[in-house]
Amino acid sequence: MKISPEYAVQMRGITKTFGSLMALNKVGIDVKKGTIHAILGENGAGKTTLMNILYGFHQADEGEIFLEGKKVFIKTPHVAIAHKIGMVHQHFMLVDNFTVTENIILGNEIANKLGIINYKKARNEILKIVKKYRLDVDPDAKIENISIGMQQRVEILRALYRGIDILVLDEPTAVLTPMEISGLIKIMHELTKDGKTVIIITHKLKEIKSSSEFCTIIRRGEYIDTVNVRNKSEEELGAKMVGRAIKLVVDKDEAKPGKTVFEIENLHVYNERKISAISGLCLKVRAGEILGIAGVDGNGQKELVEAIMCLKKVKSGVIKINGKEIQNTSVLNVLKNKIATIHEDRQKRGLILDFTVSENAILGKYKLRPYSKNNVLNNSEIGKLTKKLIENYDVRPKDCQNSLAKELSGGNQQKLIIGRQITCEPDLLIAVQPTRGLDVGAIESIHRILIEERDKGKAILLISLELDEIINVADTIAVIYNGNIIKTFSQNEADEKVVGLFMAGGKVGANARKNS
Amino acid sequence: MVQMLVKTLKKPITSTFIAIFLGIFFASLILAFAGYAPFDVMKALFNGIFSKPKNIANVIIKSTPIIITGLSVAFAFKTGMFNIGAEGQFIAGSVAATITGLSLNFPPFLQIPIIILAGCLAGALLGGIIGSLKAKFGIHEVITSIMLNWIAFHLSNFVVNCAAFHKPNSSNTYTINENGFTTLFYKWKTSEEGLKFLKEHSLISEFFLKTDFNIGIFLAIILAIFISFFLFKMTKGYELRALGLNSQAAEFAGINIGRNTLYAMLIAGSISGLAGALVITGASPHNISDLSMFENNGFNGLSVALIAGSSPIGCIASGLFLGGLLYGGQFVQMQIGTPSEIINIMIGTIVFFIALAKFIPILVDKFSKHRIKSNTFNKF
Repeated sequence: MKISPEYAVQMRGITKTFGSLMALNKVGIDVKKGTIHAILGENGAGKTTLMNILYGFHQADEGEIFLEGKKVFIKTPHVAIAHKIGMVHQHFMLVDNFTVTENIILGNEIANKLGIINYKKARNEILKIVKKYRLDVDPDAKIENISIGMQQRVEILRALYRGIDILVLDEPTAVLTPMEISGLIKIMHELTKDGKTVIIITHKLKEIKSSSEFCTIIRRGEYIDTVNVRNKSEEELGAKMVGRAIKLVVDKDEAKPGKTVFEIENLHVYNERKISAISGLCLKVRAGEILGIAGVDGNGQKELVEAIMCLKKVKSGVIKINGKEIQNTSVLNVLKNKIATIHEDRQKRGLILDFTVSENAILGKYKLRPYSKNNVLNNSEIGKLTKKLIENYDVRPKDCQNSLAKELSGGNQQKLIIGRQITCEPDLLIAVQPTRGLDVGAIESIHRILIEERDKGKAILLISLELDEIINVADTIAVIYNGNIIKTFSQNEADEKVVGLFMAGGKVGANARKNS
Repeated sequence: MVQMLVKTLKKPITSTFIAIFLGIFFASLILAFAGYAPFDVMKALFNGIFSKPKNIANVIIKSTPIIITGLSVAFAFKTGMFNIGAEGQFIAGSVAATITGLSLNFPPFLQIPIIILAGCLAGALLGGIIGSLKAKFGIHEVITSIMLNWIAFHLSNFVVNCAAFHKPNSSNTYTINENGFTTLFYKWKTSEEGLKFLKEHSLISEFFLKTDFNIGIFLAIILAIFISFFLFKMTKGYELRALGLNSQAAEFAGINIGRNTLYAMLIAGSISGLAGALVITGASPHNISDLSMFENNGFNGLSVALIAGSSPIGCIASGLFLGGLLYGGQFVQMQIGTPSEIINIMIGTIVFFIALAKFIPILVDKFSKHRIKSNTFNKF
């Protein structure tokens, strides 16, 4: 394509190495003015690196950048902002105990000669932008008190306040609920209507279909293709991303459930603010069955897991595994009763990042033989276990036994955790958001592992915010709303729209209020 | 070749040596600026440490308590806590050792273990208070430690001035009963045959006769090895390290956070208490005296642990190094008239550079990347 002023951004032959790693190899991209352009690729494909180069966080080793047909050199983010480029990172950069207004003007304060900030003027300007793009942000709220979705809008607002024309969003939907995602897509359309250009980095195919006009695909640092999204199916996009045909639907045989392994009766749990988070919840998981809990974030999923794990006090009700009550005992007791949990936050709860892979492999079972005897760890047995995990669950690189867990990629960290929890031989496996932030390849293999465990007769409780995942993988689907299971479906009668309606409490109106 | 250099430069121990070198270099600059010849000062320092067997023995004696308090700090650090209370725990240990050493008089094989145990318990008591306050109420250990340091300090002065222990016309307590001494060959070296033997072996004579060389250093080495084994090979040590690195994941894996926080501080406190007890039993004057300020046996332990990068075995080397500087520093003052503060500045500079040395691997990384890049360019 020719260099032309019709394009907001054109990057040509961008090459970037980190040490011996080639992150990008002669990658180019052309983004038309006033469009939403997606950059699609698996984790580590180089999409964020490419945009960090545009935003001046990194400098390319080779290659050129053109903005509206003019060649530019972007050395630092300051230069990028001067060229009217803004970027919202995956991890927000907001000061928690500042208000929205204070955060937005940070670094751009309007002040008089004495250095006194004119908050009123700033606030009015912010309100003007809020109104124009229908952002729904309260300029006086403190960041720590607002939802993640609103924090993201604050980030976008900050970029707009600086008068940007090109907005880059890095994995913007990773932290959002389904309703917030559709809200964000609306905002992106408002921006393009006003002539601004939006670039989103993502690996979620569905969102590309529903938001973008064009999509550039990058695989392992190489440019693959740029396509018009309207003419491609999700499967076609996915195949280009991973380099082979993918299955978005999970194959599995009919479940053959056995006896009830795990049971919760009339559970009541308070949250941190002493407000009832779970009120009268009942559920049953049978051997050889995957029970999926669908729901919008914040409807009691977190408290449910914490109550089962005895990290949180149960106010009343019974939690039983194999007929034995375990509520309000200890984490150790829960583990002893053969419950293994894959926690959603793998870096905080699942792994000790500064421990080696083999030290992590025995987390939760270091007291068992043969891994220790008379309080002394048995390194050769631990090594054998680690090798087995690496082999059976395809953790890469293969020789990572003595590397620190933080050196593994997210998908491999997750495979390590899943492998570790499954080799505990649990009767009940609880998987909370097991594929969060992972790429298509890793998601496929994790779903396969869960189904294999089901076929071995394990009871599995799958809790996920991704409705697709629940509908695809679970045999029975329970919808959680306001701390209670309000509806149960079997897999073949579950329809995305109907389940979605119950996730919103059965009424569309209630849903809109909750997410505003 | 370049890669090997990069690899060695990235090792933590290399950073430590570079930091020590830079510390000495900057201390030399300060000396020169203050009008003292740096070379003469370094020579006096070196001679102060190595010129006579007696000096070496004294360096070891001086180092023993700070190696052990260093172990206490390093241990606590590995479990995620900052034991700035080592000073108070040390004082508590020495007070308890003095009281038991004065009040009881059993044969040595009973007396010594009882005194040492008393010291450990007193230190553990202070550590336990810190640990339980953190476990129960989430009060930060640094705050409680600082308070307890002062409590221990004033408690010590109170005990010194108690009629039962105070030696009249002095600022200290009575000397503990001789059965509690851990000085090596204490009885034998002043007996007739001992004196005769030592007269024939002048080198050893100086080492033992002129100093209070005691069992402390051997205990410190054994302790360092044991702590290393405990932390890295035993299940409890694994639990405590997990707690130190990520308490949330540890909790999720069934490790009781509160209880283990308490254990960690009990152990760290008892190690510092041991250091206090060993000073009382090992070296003259075998008593405690009225303190007008902290003696820094615990605070120096912080430096020891920091220089050692919290490695228990490393504490032996860094403790000896710091002990050498502290002891040798006195000679610099005597021979050249440099104020002892200069030595403290040097120690401070070294610790400062060690804190900075964390950047060395990053710098090396940056430099080596540059090299690789320019090499690739040369190829094309």
